[in-house]
Amino acid sequence: MAISREDVEYVAALARLELTEQETQEYTEQLNSILDYAAMLEQLDTDNVRPTAHAVPLHNVLRKDQVNESIPREKALRNAPDADEGFFRVPKIV
Amino acid sequence: MVIADKYEMVCGLEVHVELQTKTKIFCGCTTEFGGEQNTHVCPVCLGLPGTLPVLNREVVNYAIKAGLALNCEIAEFSKFDRKNYFYPDLTKDYQTSQFDLPICGKGGLEIEVDGEKKWIGITRAHMEEDAGKLVHSGETITTSYESSVDYNRAGVPLLEIVSEPDMRSIPEVLAYLEQLVQILEYTEVSDCRMEQGSVRFDVNVSLRPIGATTFGIRTETKNLNSFSSVRRCLEYEVARQARVLDAGENVVQETRTWDEGKGITLTLRSKEEAHDYRYFPEPDLAPLVIDQEWVEGIRKTLPELPVARRARLQGLGLSAYDAGVITSGKAMADYFDTALSYYSDAKTLANWVMGDVTRLLNSNQCSVADSPISAKQLAELLELIDKGTISGKIAKSVLEEMYSTGKDAKIIVKEKGLAQISDEGALLGIIDSIIAANPQSVEDYRAGKDRAIGFLVGQIMKATKGQANPGLVNQLLKQKLS
Repeated sequence: MAISREDVEYVAALARLELTEQETQEYTEQLNSILDYAAMLEQLDTDNVRPTAHAVPLHNVLRKDQVNESIPREKALRNAPDADEGFFRVPKIV
Repeated sequence: MVIADKYEMVCGLEVHVELQTKTKIFCGCTTEFGGEQNTHVCPVCLGLPGTLPVLNREVVNYAIKAGLALNCEIAEFSKFDRKNYFYPDLTKDYQTSQFDLPICGKGGLEIEVDGEKKWIGITRAHMEEDAGKLVHSGETITTSYESSVDYNRAGVPLLEIVSEPDMRSIPEVLAYLEQLVQILEYTEVSDCRMEQGSVRFDVNVSLRPIGATTFGIRTETKNLNSFSSVRRCLEYEVARQARVLDAGENVVQETRTWDEGKGITLTLRSKEEAHDYRYFPEPDLAPLVIDQEWVEGIRKTLPELPVARRARLQGLGLSAYDAGVITSGKAMADYFDTALSYYSDAKTLANWVMGDVTRLLNSNQCSVADSPISAKQLAELLELIDKGTISGKIAKSVLEEMYSTGKDAKIIVKEKGLAQISDEGALLGIIDSIIAANPQSVEDYRAGKDRAIGFLVGQIMKATKGQANPGLVNQLLKQKLS
């Protein structure tokens, strides 16, 4: 299998996910089957194809450097689990 | 640098510079510094679901301009990527940055240390968004039980400039930084206000035994915000690593943090917990295609860069030191050049700019850009000295008067009656009275004591409040006494 249990545990840790034994097993299988499916692409000759940077054939979508109004602070803080004196407040970081 | 004759230091730098746009990189919020917390925010820079970023054209223009000034290749094709990590100063849990296809490729700049020139390579420079600002409840991040976050800075455009590990001493590092910041300031891509955090430095440093060809294990100290912090951090870190190696141990590859108060570096996180950023292409932003026309259009707007400017000033007769001082800041260099367009004696001008003008500005804590004496007004003052209207000494007091009143030199000289006395008749009368009042000095002079004439000249200058033409006084006095 291309993806090992350790890979799944590692990615879960990076994503701050706590997985049960059963979930780890399940996801290992599922992720492998996704990769197997995508592996079909390897049958194609892509030697002269540039890696795709974006799925939509667009480039240079730009805007002018022009100030727009920001939103009121009460609105910005409305969904914050905790806020104080106009700041978002977060628990201990390290 | 040789540490105890055993080790050589190897240093590379990452410099984050805030670009001087009006708005953030992906939204129209203002980039203005110092607003009340969380008032320069919108759904885009707060990373709210369903929002889409749109790239600010001016960010690309500035990145190209900085890249050209740093001799970098400008990529024809470039894109943005997501750098994934969890930290509360990031609103989206990823930073929008550039990974494998940055806008600026290889470049570099030349530094000079103790008369030796050296090329310091630049690996790349890429565009990214700045993060928000954290205020910790405790003295340091590790002793805090909670932190407050202000997202005004989140989304301010940054250019991250990554150097090659080409620097071998602290003076080389400082020379590189000074050059780099000067170039960024000259090209006006950033205001380079370090006290406001407009430029921040990450320092990568390792030691290796002298003569070794491979690099030692390095540490990275993040988020320094002044040249002096960089210098002190390097001094500390080099000494620390030397002690580790001397003890026969290995340096741990890790990210460290600088404690400005204590002057030490501390472990922030080690390689084992090092971030795996899982970069992937940013699907919300279209790639950038930069054609030759765009690049050349920006190349035309490049100003004369510091190195070229120093060379030109030296060509006008300034010493390397003077040319270095004048060009150390763009405002000063511009002031000098403007004055030079009215007054052609570069050396005299440099002496005044670096001397009395700088002294006045410093004692009033005024920047040269805000000088109440315009470059043109300074040039006019110097003209008055050259024409013999006032002496150099009087000119100094006129300059102070110009500083406090903003008036032209000519007007001050006229109003205060400061014009030099070059009228022989008027001077002879004064000379006669001084001779009569100082018979002893006259006798001394006649007895061959040349110094006595200096005293007499001094008395005459005093009697005329310094306005007598000193050359003429000397000449007339000698005639009288002979």
